[in-house]
Amino acid sequence: MAELGRAALAVTLGLSLYALLAGGYAAARGRRRLALSARNALIAAFGSTLVATAVLVTGFLRDDFSLAYVAGHSSRALPTPYKISALWGGQEGSLLLWLLILTGYSALAVWLGRNRLRDLLVWVTPVLAGICVGFAWLLVGVSSPFEVIGAPLDGRGLNPSLQNPYMVAHPVLLYLGYVGLAVPFAFAMGSLLSGRIDERWLVATRRWTIVAWTALGIGQLLGAHWAYEEVGWGGYYAWDPVENAALMPWLAATAYLHSVMIQEKRGMLKVWNVVLVSLAFCLSLFGTFLTRSGIVSSIHSFTQSSIGAWFLGFIVIAVIFATTMICLRLPLLRATAKLESLISREATFLYNNLLLVALCLTILWGTSWPILSEAVRGEAVVVGRPYYDFFLRIFGLPLLLLMGIGPLVAWRRASLRGLSRTFAWSAGAAVASGVVLIALGAGSSVPGLIAYTFAAFVSTTIVAEFARGTSARRALTGEAIPRAFSGLVARNRRRYGGYVVHAAIVLLAIGIAGSSAYDSVAEGRLARGETLSVAGYDLTYRTLSERDGANATEIRAVLDVRRDGDSLGTVSAGKNAYAVEQQVSNEVGIRSDLLTGEDLFVIAEQVYDDGSVQFRVFVKPLVNLIWLAGLVFLLGSLITLWPDAREQRRLVERYARAARSNRRAASTP
Amino acid sequence: MSVALVLGGALAVACVVLVALPFLREPAPSSDAVDALDDAERDALELAETRDRALGALKELEADHRSGRITDHDYRALVGTLRRDAAEALRALDRGGAGPGPAEAKSS
Repeated sequence: MAELGRAALAVTLGLSLYALLAGGYAAARGRRRLALSARNALIAAFGSTLVATAVLVTGFLRDDFSLAYVAGHSSRALPTPYKISALWGGQEGSLLLWLLILTGYSALAVWLGRNRLRDLLVWVTPVLAGICVGFAWLLVGVSSPFEVIGAPLDGRGLNPSLQNPYMVAHPVLLYLGYVGLAVPFAFAMGSLLSGRIDERWLVATRRWTIVAWTALGIGQLLGAHWAYEEVGWGGYYAWDPVENAALMPWLAATAYLHSVMIQEKRGMLKVWNVVLVSLAFCLSLFGTFLTRSGIVSSIHSFTQSSIGAWFLGFIVIAVIFATTMICLRLPLLRATAKLESLISREATFLYNNLLLVALCLTILWGTSWPILSEAVRGEAVVVGRPYYDFFLRIFGLPLLLLMGIGPLVAWRRASLRGLSRTFAWSAGAAVASGVVLIALGAGSSVPGLIAYTFAAFVSTTIVAEFARGTSARRALTGEAIPRAFSGLVARNRRRYGGYVVHAAIVLLAIGIAGSSAYDSVAEGRLARGETLSVAGYDLTYRTLSERDGANATEIRAVLDVRRDGDSLGTVSAGKNAYAVEQQVSNEVGIRSDLLTGEDLFVIAEQVYDDGSVQFRVFVKPLVNLIWLAGLVFLLGSLITLWPDAREQRRLVERYARAARSNRRAASTP
Repeated sequence: MSVALVLGGALAVACVVLVALPFLREPAPSSDAVDALDDAERDALELAETRDRALGALKELEADHRSGRITDHDYRALVGTLRRDAAEALRALDRGGAGPGPAEAKSS
């Protein structure tokens, strides 16, 4: 069936090319039927890409090793879920997944906007098609997943690190995020191309951006959890280039989600918003480039390839195109209002934006430096953890504080007297927390102490916000507290969903500060019966076992865990030896205390012939708050995304004229 | 091989039909122009956006004041301007887009 896969991808390329050229011509000349035809081509491109993907997945499920990609990333013994996830275990399959999501998003975007945004979509279609052309060309002309070889008896298997449940979901979510940022970019560029710089592109892309941003955020957390469990070095984020590649567009999109509110509420920052949308998309391309080109050394990069130059070309084209369009349309992007005071909601959002973009660009510089230094001096100079940690504190801590300040400052201008009253409780809680933490000995880490103090400030602000809002609604409607609370959230989903997301960031900050600033570590070579002590825990090495798993030999050392004399059960750590892949992986032992959020983290670094084992043991306070933050983040995003019937009615009324003018065309398929 | 060719051919034909559908449905339309907003509709849309912005700001200020986020002093300093903006936006929309929006009116 390789021919069908190749043919389907060739059809996708043809359709995308047609949508780009015919769509561009139709938009420039105002040809309605040709524009609809281009739109249909984009929708059909999703269908043909789906066929190509189905062919490759079938190849994996049927162990069709005549496909070089299947032979290179699967084996007969590989469990079925990993045979499916092996689709994105290598370069060609990942590109196919990119294209599938891109064409899927594109088809959905042009279909959902077919009535209200028809005149804007005429310009959006060729932009989306242009991106599809790039990826379809890579799969057809440069790196095909349907190369055929003489079928070996068995495949080479999947990289053991990827044989993890988190790796089934993590790449898909990251790609949903990366690719999702193409939609707001296309709408922004479509709006600039059309010369209609009203707010429709903002309204149309708000949910797309939040979906992409949420997927990227959750994808990163799942990736962090995978690194924590699978890579086995005792951490969850190492400022690895590929990790940074996902963080940068997320930071740019976060800045955009805040600054877009200023444009909606005050008609300001129009240029800045288009710049942020373009930056987020270009960074998502850069992220894929880093992951897929093999240009940097990373534990997350599973390939070395020659597509780097193509990706670099795409990034350059995207940057030049976006910059040109913004420059050409500058006169249309004038703000309709000015910043009235440095103490106002829009000013705090602006500070937030500057910090987010500064952090993003700092990470970009650190990530790019090895590439640049290698290109210039012939030697890759890697930027280390201290660089990133320094800038995370410099920019991240003020950001944390602003999260508590911004939502409570009035639009336009606020008085210092008013602010001092509004923030009295929050400031009091922050100071009290700081004093208590110093008394408890948390002063050993100044950044950790500051993070906790700011977290207390923001938490109090969020709780006070919900309490004030519920109380005001009760006073207005006479409803009981639960009903007033749910009514408050339901009528202000963006605002209160945003507060829930802020609560998630607070949890994340507490978890990161706790697990990195106040962690403990011990290591030692233990024979059976010997004990290692760390942070109040006593671990006694008992047995070493070996058994054959589904596709690996599993060696496990079992340790008894005691704390303050009480037995807490056992924890196992060891290694898996994968016969087909000829690789060994670390399998760490983790004992989580869900009440305190603390983890006991055990690595069996070396198993010796005499049965003794070299252990490294970490105690990580509050680390589980990081994973809890993921759930809260998802909840907040869902609240924000949930359709708001009142807002929909308002928008329908606002766009009635545009809809009326397009009604005649709406009946045409 | 033959099955793949047949399926590939069927896929290509289906795609071509879908792409050609607008022309097959309307071989000779009375107008083939893209339905874009004219200048008057665009002005009305901008005024509606300005109106929504002004009314939204006023509503948010009222809610923030009621819940205690905004002090009486700050509320009094802001509410007058916002009411004037909202009233001007509504008047401009009633005039059918003939007049300036609040921001323009203020700056002129």
